[in-house]
Amino acid sequence: MKDNKDVNSDDHNENENIEIRMLLEAIFLKYGYDFRNYAKASLKRRINQRMTLSGLEKISDMIHNVLYDRLFFDKFLTDLSINVTEMFRDPSFFLSIRNRVISELRELPYIKVWLAGCSTGEEVYSMSILLTEEKLYEKTRIYATDFSQAALNKAKDGIYKLNDMKKYTSNYQHAGGIESFSDYYSTKYDSAIMNQSLKKNVTFSNHNLVTDGVFGEMNVIVCRNVLIYFNRELQDNVFRLFMDSLCEDGFLCLGSKETIRLSKYSDNFEDFIKEEKIYKKRMISDQTVDPVPQVERLDGSVIRKSSVLISDAIKKLDELQSLINTVNIDR
Amino acid sequence: MNKKYRKKYEAVVIGVSAGGTNALKMILSSMPADFSLPVIIVQHLHPNSKNDMPDLYNDSCRLKVKQADEKEGIVRGCIYFAPPNYHLLVEDDRTFSLSVEAPVNFSRPSIDVLFESASDVYGASLIGVVLTGANNDGSRGLKKIKDGGGLTIVQDPDTAEYPSMPTSAIAASKIDYVVPLEDIVSVIVKLSETGVG
Ligand SMILES: C[S@@+](CC[C@H](N)C(=O)[O-])C[C@H]1O[C@@H](n2cnc3c(N)ncnc32)[C@H](O)[C@@H]1O
Repeated sequence: MKDNKDVNSDDHNENENIEIRMLLEAIFLKYGYDFRNYAKASLKRRINQRMTLSGLEKISDMIHNVLYDRLFFDKFLTDLSINVTEMFRDPSFFLSIRNRVISELRELPYIKVWLAGCSTGEEVYSMSILLTEEKLYEKTRIYATDFSQAALNKAKDGIYKLNDMKKYTSNYQHAGGIESFSDYYSTKYDSAIMNQSLKKNVTFSNHNLVTDGVFGEMNVIVCRNVLIYFNRELQDNVFRLFMDSLCEDGFLCLGSKETIRLSKYSDNFEDFIKEEKIYKKRMISDQTVDPVPQVERLDGSVIRKSSVLISDAIKKLDELQSLINTVNIDR
Repeated sequence: MNKKYRKKYEAVVIGVSAGGTNALKMILSSMPADFSLPVIIVQHLHPNSKNDMPDLYNDSCRLKVKQADEKEGIVRGCIYFAPPNYHLLVEDDRTFSLSVEAPVNFSRPSIDVLFESASDVYGASLIGVVLTGANNDGSRGLKKIKDGGGLTIVQDPDTAEYPSMPTSAIAASKIDYVVPLEDIVSVIVKLSETGVG
């Protein structure tokens, strides 16, 4: 027998878990965002926080708000997509890219980089700066994706708090940067506006790692601090997606506390820089990769081809847009 | 009921900030080799500090000391540290998860974040401990542990290198044991063995 209080609190916890499942189901059915396989503990914090902010008493009250109040849902979606990021986060990671990965990319005629879960863009500008300094930017296309449109919009704007620049400058220097970091932005009031040239070769697009498909023929995929929020099953699906999106010898870069080693796709990647979680796709003859049924394989290749076509089309459109821009400026 | 109900404790969480390294050395070196619960620790550190913090204690501790990994299963008799720059949380299936959400109480990892999520999972079978520190992280979490039927211990502020964190915890909720640093291990060991202090 337990103390009454204990029974109540166990019971309360169980009910809360049921309510959370119902809430996530409601979000999925109504909006297609699938959080059902996200790690629960962090979700619970977000949910409780939004409840307190909105003066709600029970999680089940939130279900009603989510269904009937689109603005409420949008706010809540922003809570759920934890957008916290910085420029040159984990400087030693960017230093390794500079010192070890760049030399492997130099010979390529054209470089495609996918920054998956790029949040508000700090990682994007970091990568653009690094590639510019290594004189590879001109032949690079960066695909910056996130499933949070609010975050993507900020990423496109490239306007950050001036206050944060001190930290970013220090990160940049620890990441091997030797230029004057302040040359990469202009200052207005208390904002730092990133130079336009840094997004010249960037395509921002909305992509959901749980529900959307392959992004073709990437040389580098960077997906940091996103997978910690996914359960194992979801992580495996995303690793598969990355495997199919990488070209031969492509690089996969994860966050410092993430690993592919516990996934069923572990054998398809070799360590390139173990401490920094930089992996290289390993070529395994088709038979030894876990057997995907014939039909699915056909689908996969069709999807891959069309996604390559689409991304090329996007690139053409981008070029057209910048052409139009220059014409407009010239006038 | 005048006899206290005998509980079976499942885990110990510890929060410590300024002055923490000395306090933890003392605590971890006096833990018995057959200690039967997992111990999960958030120590505030400088964000740039290295990943090898647990090594500092491994030599002097009879139990295994390691940094908690994402999705790692929590096992008894092991001491886990939150990795620098990540919040550490406990999931229902007794595994760890990590998060980079914003600092809480200016801290990442935050003691409150660990305590609150551990309390959700372990409820009345959790022991929460707040040690020396110069802020008030951990107070909310310890209150939640208490409200969930768990047991709470705070280092006697008079014996703490930095008293504010213990003082704040004592002000925030009723604490079961306020004891000097050197007595904390014996209280925990007794609780883990007998279910009562
Ligand atoms: C903590 S941020 C990481 C930002 C950056 N990569 C870094 O390491 O600093 C996590 C990002 O993952 C995004 N995210 C979460 N789930 C996602 C999904 N299913 N598809 C795409 N992006 C997702 C969130 O919107 C958020 O911007």
